[in-house]
Amino acid sequence: MNPVAQYFSDIFHAVGSLWKGLRVTGYYFVHPRQIVTQKYPENRKHLEMFDRFKGELILVHDENNQHRCNGCGICQINCPNGSIEIITDSVTNEDGKPERIIDKHIYHLSMCTFCGLCVKNCPSTALAFSQQFEHAVYDRSKLTKVLNQPGSSIRKEPKTPKVHAEPMSKSNPDN
Amino acid sequence: MPFNIYDFSVTTKAVDEYFKAHMSPTWAFVMELLIVGLVFLIVYAIIGLYLVLAERKVCAIMQNRYGPNRVGKWGLVQTIADLIKLLMKELIPVRKSDKFLFNVAPYIVIIASFMAIAAIPFAKGLQGVDFNIGVFYMMAVSSIGVIGTLLAGWSSNSKYSLIGAMRSGAQVVSYELSVGLALLAVVIFSGSMQLSTIIESQANGWWIFKGHLPAIIAFVMFLIASTAEINRGPFDLAEAESELTAGFHTEYSGIKFAFFFLAEYMNMFIVASLAATVFLGGWMPLHIGSLESFNRIMDFVPPIFWFFGKTIFVIYLIMWFKWTFPRLRIDQLLTLEWKYLLPINLLNILLIAFLVLMGWYFK
Repeated sequence: MNPVAQYFSDIFHAVGSLWKGLRVTGYYFVHPRQIVTQKYPENRKHLEMFDRFKGELILVHDENNQHRCNGCGICQINCPNGSIEIITDSVTNEDGKPERIIDKHIYHLSMCTFCGLCVKNCPSTALAFSQQFEHAVYDRSKLTKVLNQPGSSIRKEPKTPKVHAEPMSKSNPDN
Repeated sequence: MPFNIYDFSVTTKAVDEYFKAHMSPTWAFVMELLIVGLVFLIVYAIIGLYLVLAERKVCAIMQNRYGPNRVGKWGLVQTIADLIKLLMKELIPVRKSDKFLFNVAPYIVIIASFMAIAAIPFAKGLQGVDFNIGVFYMMAVSSIGVIGTLLAGWSSNSKYSLIGAMRSGAQVVSYELSVGLALLAVVIFSGSMQLSTIIESQANGWWIFKGHLPAIIAFVMFLIASTAEINRGPFDLAEAESELTAGFHTEYSGIKFAFFFLAEYMNMFIVASLAATVFLGGWMPLHIGSLESFNRIMDFVPPIFWFFGKTIFVIYLIMWFKWTFPRLRIDQLLTLEWKYLLPINLLNILLIAFLVLMGWYFK
């Protein structure tokens, strides 16, 4: 192409591509319903968080107050900043053998970075993230939580070949 | 004259006569100066603050956000709260800076924009000073601001500030040419530099319509070049946030920073009102040739609404550009001016001169 034609085609291309951009922003300007941000305290009643949102760590309990944690301590080993402490206990099971059970699954919310390594590495998929995000408290000690509910017990799975099950993240979000 | 009901000079004359009747001419003059100064100060502050809010709202909606919505209804008091906050902030002195120039720079910037609004015709008879070289005066005064920018960058003794100021200098010096040439288009059409005469010449149609293609080209050129001249995006190299933290006003804090900020938005208002005055008829209502009844109906809308409506339209255009286009690099910026805008503008001026000579425009 000769330089003069190039010069003018440059101008027309530039105007064309700029107009394309202007149309997008202009469309959003005249369609305020496209707004995606939310007014938080007002919509608190009917606020829906997303499944993948990492609120705080929970130990999933079912309706019989049973969880799947056997106290192996892998989450504690995997936690990069030591926000999980596992305290185990030993009981005698029906076969008369000593068995390890979880006594306290201690979670320091103040130290957690929500990296999710504990949830990913839990061999029995006992851990999950809840959608709870209002963490502010007046006393720092309230940020240290015991995840297993009082009186809860381990749920015994029937001996089946291990498959990678879906994490139980949706089953019980409220802690 | 059809606009007599909204002629503001009746009011100004009445005020003038009242003062002349009650005190000596010297004191009357001083009182009038005081009143005009006070009115302009208040208008300046209100327009500046609400432009900041408007910019935040427009940009928010274009980015699918709400924007400020907490302070007052729809966030209407947000910028006033911001100003109070800035007023109470500490003015941090910079060690090894040039103290005098550092302190004087924000005032130069704000005085330049303040001088420019004196010549803006807000409505019929509502104009600070009606110079016979109004367009030239606006051009001259609005380019004083860059001295303040350069001084701010130099005296801060900071690399970011200096680079920002030097960029701003290069940018304003080169785009000044295009702004002038674009305004010259209408000066040729109307045969006058006086802003009130330019507006009177648009009584039967605005120049952007009457001057057809060349006037539209001149209008677009003016928009581009003046956006660059007021250092706004996509030409905001002077304060490129990602590279230069804040450019020439990096070291400023508190109310001195607020001065720069306010002057930036007032410059936008000045440029928009100049575009509205010169190309879109200023306070002149929309008149179409000799359609008498239509023109009569349009005359019922007060001129001040026409003026602000047109100005807001141009301001919206400038904001739309800022929140859509990516920023140019400094070499691209200068290429745009010297290789595209300036030659097109020169050809456009030549074309307009020819059209006016032959009478090939709507008179």
